[in-house]
Amino acid sequence: MRKHLLSAADLDREQATLVLDTAQQIEAALAGREVKKLPTLRGRTVVNLFFEDSTRTRISFELAAKRLSADVINFSAKGSSVSKGESLKDTALTLEAMGADAVVVRHSMSGAPHRLAQWIRGSVVNAGDGTHEHPTQALLDAYTMRARLGRLEGLRVTIVGDVLHSRVARSNVLLLSTLGAEVTLVAPPTLLPVGVETWPAEVSFDLDASLKADVVMMLRVQRERMAASYFPSPREYSRRYGLDAIRMGMLADDAIVMHPGPMNRGMEIAAEVADSVRSTIVEQVSNGVSVRMAVLYLLLGGAEVPL
Amino acid sequence: MKSATDPAPDLSRSPDRLILTAGDMGRVIDRIAHQILEKSAGGRDTVLIGIPTRGAPLARRLADRMRAFEGVDVPVGVLDTTLYRDDLRMRGVRALEETTEPPGGIVDKLVVLVDDVLYSGRTVRAALDALRELGRPGAVQLAVLVDRGHRELPIRADYVGKNIPTAPTEQVKVLLDEVDGRDAVLLQGGRS
Repeated sequence: MRKHLLSAADLDREQATLVLDTAQQIEAALAGREVKKLPTLRGRTVVNLFFEDSTRTRISFELAAKRLSADVINFSAKGSSVSKGESLKDTALTLEAMGADAVVVRHSMSGAPHRLAQWIRGSVVNAGDGTHEHPTQALLDAYTMRARLGRLEGLRVTIVGDVLHSRVARSNVLLLSTLGAEVTLVAPPTLLPVGVETWPAEVSFDLDASLKADVVMMLRVQRERMAASYFPSPREYSRRYGLDAIRMGMLADDAIVMHPGPMNRGMEIAAEVADSVRSTIVEQVSNGVSVRMAVLYLLLGGAEVPL
Repeated sequence: MKSATDPAPDLSRSPDRLILTAGDMGRVIDRIAHQILEKSAGGRDTVLIGIPTRGAPLARRLADRMRAFEGVDVPVGVLDTTLYRDDLRMRGVRALEETTEPPGGIVDKLVVLVDDVLYSGRTVRAALDALRELGRPGAVQLAVLVDRGHRELPIRADYVGKNIPTAPTEQVKVLLDEVDGRDAVLLQGGRS
């Protein structure tokens, strides 16, 4: 039986729905409470193993584990044994020896969580590996869509921007297609990965032609991953692929605008769009905690793992 | 550990024994509703909290009967105890069910927990922990449709629909119209 969450493709429709339903019940159970804490994972240890800088994902996982009463250890590569040259495997074996029940891992190399899962007995949760996957982000995005729009089946989702470097896009395409949504990827040809035609999604180069959607998800332009120049200038990118107020005006009345954060205001998304009522950016953050609580509960809570 | 809602083992050889018919169940619920009214001076400051799955519709039925008898509107809530159980690690993770706080909250109220079967008492213990997070009730009481014995904790019910002596190998199956399409209490398995 599998006990890791490495890829959004690990989840079939029933399991993905179980995660979303569980998150919803957890959110309802804690709503309006003074003490937002559940005793469910008392005595379990969750290690946040972050080889790459991250604020919201690490804090979100930390909060999720703490609200379930697990003990949380934060390990960031900076200032740790990794900066002294320790390998991923030796780090993993150290954590194993300390009895980590779950390791939440963020790594700049695609596939690192998969390797880790072969070395340790605890559950491994992929919190973003290179340009590969970020399954809990996809789950919280799906949760946010379902909460706002009431369904996922048949939903038209347009994902715009740097698909090439985006683990968020990859995980979202996999999960949303599992859940019955129709995904369109919009990007300049230089920012689409090789083999994108095999993904369960439509591909377009024209944002204006792809605005007839229920959800528009803007991706961050990841300058830190861009060694070469993928587009002529930020201004040109923004003009062709940025979501500004004029484009937002072309959306359907109840369409929502999403962004996984952190955003480059004025680049892929205009400030007035990010702050509009259509924007779910802040909701995505709070939903992230509920969804990660659901994942940790389902992986660590019982003797058998339903995922 | 088993509960009334676990899937039954092979029951092909031993037929179900009918413990309560739909009519019996209606009379039992009427009696418990009367008893709660008696103990709470007509349902004053009383709230009913059902424990899913079948405790929730039972609590609503009790509230309906109390309204019919005395015209009181007793707030009803639902409390899922799964995340508070101490035996999660021994069993599979279960899907969670809804939790809804009764209107007006539980602080200083007489809280009557409602469940279908009282067995080990662990669900009730988890419910008491979960209840604490919602506030400090004035008092907590327990109403169950069936008490089947075999307690593992010092817990007893204040209102019991029917005491059924059972063997641990047997299963008490409570069927409710709202969940199962009919009302009945069955005893399954065990001595053959």
